[in-house]
Amino acid sequence: MKVPVKYYGLIAEALQKNDDIIEFSGNTAQELLDVLYVKYPILKTKDFQIAQHNHLLLEDEIIDETQLALLPPFAGG
Amino acid sequence: MNRYLRHIVLDEIGPTGQEKLSKAKVLVIGAGGLGCPVLQYLTAAGVGMIGIVDFDTVEESNLQRQVLFGKSCLGINKAEAAKKKLHDLNHTITIITYPEKLTQKNATTLFRQYDIIVDATDNFESRYIINDACVLTNKPMVYAGVYKFEGQVAVFNYNGSATYRCAFGDNRHDAPSCTDIGVLGVLPGIIGTLQANEVLKIILGLGTVLAGKILIFNALHNEFLTISVSKKEAQINKAKTDYFTTPKEERVNLLSVKEAFKKDNALFIDVRNYGALPKVKIKNSTTIPFPILDKKLDLIPADKEIIFFCQAGITSKKAAKVYQSLTNKSCYSMQATIFEIQAYLDS
Repeated sequence: MKVPVKYYGLIAEALQKNDDIIEFSGNTAQELLDVLYVKYPILKTKDFQIAQHNHLLLEDEIIDETQLALLPPFAGG
Repeated sequence: MNRYLRHIVLDEIGPTGQEKLSKAKVLVIGAGGLGCPVLQYLTAAGVGMIGIVDFDTVEESNLQRQVLFGKSCLGINKAEAAKKKLHDLNHTITIITYPEKLTQKNATTLFRQYDIIVDATDNFESRYIINDACVLTNKPMVYAGVYKFEGQVAVFNYNGSATYRCAFGDNRHDAPSCTDIGVLGVLPGIIGTLQANEVLKIILGLGTVLAGKILIFNALHNEFLTISVSKKEAQINKAKTDYFTTPKEERVNLLSVKEAFKKDNALFIDVRNYGALPKVKIKNSTTIPFPILDKKLDLIPADKEIIFFCQAGITSKKAAKVYQSLTNKSCYSMQATIFEIQAYLDS
């Protein structure tokens, strides 16, 4: 499937883009993460969570083709 | 009561709600970009007791976004400077200042004296201390963080909701703060005001609180997104176990100011940005800003004892970690604020 992805904060900065489409043959959030790590090795050095349908996904959660969000925590204040 | 008339005429607040506000006790940690609007609106709303924790002093580069302060505040402790301005805004409430760093030693004692804890800090170390101390003392944590043009707001550990650790996991982050990367001035104003709104709703029992939900705002595209966070018992329990152990970040060699200046073969490295204030005059010192440290390691001589320092002793710890991991050599981080270093040099 093709999953639209939106990047936030320093993830968007590291990848130099806000939006993306990830092609992927698996089902779970962890499998998508593995695809992302191969496509963008720099993500391995970043902390972020994956959200879909307005909630943070657990590793074994099944994902669909609805837009995903990659959310890092923000330190600034 | 004329002061609160616009609250009292609201059916949802009325005299009873205003009374609740006057009895509420809120602790705000950090009187910076987020803390300023939080403090202003809570003070104006008549929250009866407000505590302010901040060890830092007002600098000129803060004035672009920390709108509570002005030129007359430069060099003054932020908690004290804020109290002075807030007292003029509303002298009928009690404001208590804590011009010190929040640590694992003082957090729980402090939190027990308040109903709601506001995380308006600018670094991950403090955020984890706040999360853990909120879990231990069973207080709601009203969180916010900003990055350039984006902000996050959430209420953790409230009415059995998820905690900060449930959302973001263990503390292994090394994201830079506003000091290092910059932030759109109005952004912490918007996000801090949203934080104040959550505090008022909790006190008044109104509307829907962002309990276990993260609201994300993008200032460039006017986008709001709300993400819910599931509770993770293992992460909640970590708050209890990790609080009493040394955080990961402290696995670098720390030196007090006195110990640092006893080293006779030392090179002191300032990892603040070029031109950071206050300037300190240290013999055998150089400046390598933290964001470019990894690219400038060849400038650091191998035959010296390397001691990193910065504004608050946080970035220098990160610098020591970066140096250690990339060179396999040991080094030190000075566990002191720049003001403590300056005071030592002046003495």
